[in-house]
Amino acid sequence: MINFLGRRLLQSALILLGVSFITFALLYLLPSDPVRQIAGRSATAQTVANIREQLGLDQPFIVQYWRYLMDLLHLDLGRSYLQKTEVSTLIAARLPATLLLMVGAISAELVLGLGMGIIAALRRGTMTDNSLMIASFIGVSAPQFVVGLLLLYVFAVQLGWFPIGGYGTFAHLVLPALTLGILGSGWYSRMMRSSMIDVLRQDFIRTAHAKGLSRARVLLRHALPNAILPVIAMIGIDIGIFMGGIVIVESVFGWPGIGQLAWQAIQRVDIPIIMGVTLVSACAIVLGNLVADIATLFADPRIKVR
Amino acid sequence: MTAIEPATLRSAAPSVWTRLRRRKLALIGLALIVLTFFGAIFAPWLTPYEPNNQMFDGLTLQGAPMPPGAQFPLGTDLLGRDLLTRILYGARTSLIIGLVANGVALVIGTLIGITAGYFRGFVGSVLMRLTDLMMAFPALLLAICLAAIFQPSLWIVALVIATVNWVQTARVIYTETSSLSQREFIAAEKTLGAGHLRILFRHILPHLVPMIIVWGTLGISTTVLLEATLSYLGVGVQPPTPSWGNIIFENQTYFQAAPWLVFFPGLAIVILALAFNLVGDALRDVLDPTQRGQDQ
Repeated sequence: MINFLGRRLLQSALILLGVSFITFALLYLLPSDPVRQIAGRSATAQTVANIREQLGLDQPFIVQYWRYLMDLLHLDLGRSYLQKTEVSTLIAARLPATLLLMVGAISAELVLGLGMGIIAALRRGTMTDNSLMIASFIGVSAPQFVVGLLLLYVFAVQLGWFPIGGYGTFAHLVLPALTLGILGSGWYSRMMRSSMIDVLRQDFIRTAHAKGLSRARVLLRHALPNAILPVIAMIGIDIGIFMGGIVIVESVFGWPGIGQLAWQAIQRVDIPIIMGVTLVSACAIVLGNLVADIATLFADPRIKVR
Repeated sequence: MTAIEPATLRSAAPSVWTRLRRRKLALIGLALIVLTFFGAIFAPWLTPYEPNNQMFDGLTLQGAPMPPGAQFPLGTDLLGRDLLTRILYGARTSLIIGLVANGVALVIGTLIGITAGYFRGFVGSVLMRLTDLMMAFPALLLAICLAAIFQPSLWIVALVIATVNWVQTARVIYTETSSLSQREFIAAEKTLGAGHLRILFRHILPHLVPMIIVWGTLGISTTVLLEATLSYLGVGVQPPTPSWGNIIFENQTYFQAAPWLVFFPGLAIVILALAFNLVGDALRDVLDPTQRGQDQ
């Protein structure tokens, strides 16, 4: 187990190194010149050269990347070109909002997804089952900005139940979390349905029925815990999908998280922020996968650690 | 031995169709896809308007977009262009990108997966580590960065989507290829002196065809969604070329007053992505033996 963990941790570190290299290289190749943007249009060639030197942007690529890595070891993500603030400070200020959104989204998708999956499995082959599965297909086929804008229009503009955007109260959280949750619930409901059907087919369920347990008890005590575990183990992998969605959902709802930070930085070519957010997201994804692997081990003891 | 495999593939085709025909949802999906193609190809004959024509009578006296009505079935956008016309022409964008980007992604994914799965060893692990690395990339963020870096045109957007979208295919193909490579008939071929290329293309690839078809179909749905998302952010297909995503991008400031400008293009995106998902899912049940029995 220790061995397995050690190897997976090393692997994760290498993956993060790779992500940092590719992102850095991509941004290095960027045709637009950040120095010009910082210096402004009327800057003299001398000023531009000074700023370039100051930022170390006159150095060759490998030197720049090496410096970045060394700073990274001290958890220093560099300074934003345009906001003149440490990137780590900017991200740290925005991270709680994104984490809150993540908790909201995961709760929404679990409640919706598991609920739909369980009902569909129990009503298998009926109209209810079919409609729920069509709904889950629509959930995974709807782009998040469309879902977000529609939810905004119906529940914020027309009905006025929720604020149109922003951050602060629970009411602000509902629509963005639901937008992210609808996509996830589509996946979860289908996984939950097939997991539940698999479990209900097992011998021990027949035994439980045969020894006279009530239907509710068989479902709640015997079927559900077994069916839910493999599905819950997927939450880790979900984080990757979540990290993709935050840029969209945060900009639709004006949610002040790191997705919005990244989107603003991309528009202004503020490279250190783009780098920082990409790395933080990649960390979250790698960590999520690690958790998913470990959770799967616990969920199914038959899986042997390789 | 070589003659047998193509023959079994051909004889499998009708039974696939019979099994697919029994699935109502797949047929609905197929009908929606055919309808979209029809709309995209025959757009000039289906509508009296031009997609980029800003019509004087396309705006109200106050200069606002026209709601759906007799003259403009789905209303007009904020520049007075007919929305239905733009959606029909936008279908071309979605389908071209869906097919091209997904085709490229499928080729990259298949090549990487098959090479890594067959050769294993050093080449295999380098390729699979690359795949792991791509899995850890926040794909949408990467796509947005790439699209913002290059001047986005239709083809650049397609390439950007392909670069982030080949990973899933590569993993599936890798798993399948590495299990196929262990099978006796491959060992027999090797003993008979067949070269790597011959084994890969004559013996392994034909076995992967069903899987490639399944993931190719499901992938179009992902591609359509990604294109719409990039265009919605303004880094995808650029106006005035209509795309379902950039119609929403252009009009979203008006969306509280004119919700149809978000609703109809949004509906078009959902329908097309849903159609490919429905067909792909049914194909997976029918074609992919590892998934069989899950849905009965």
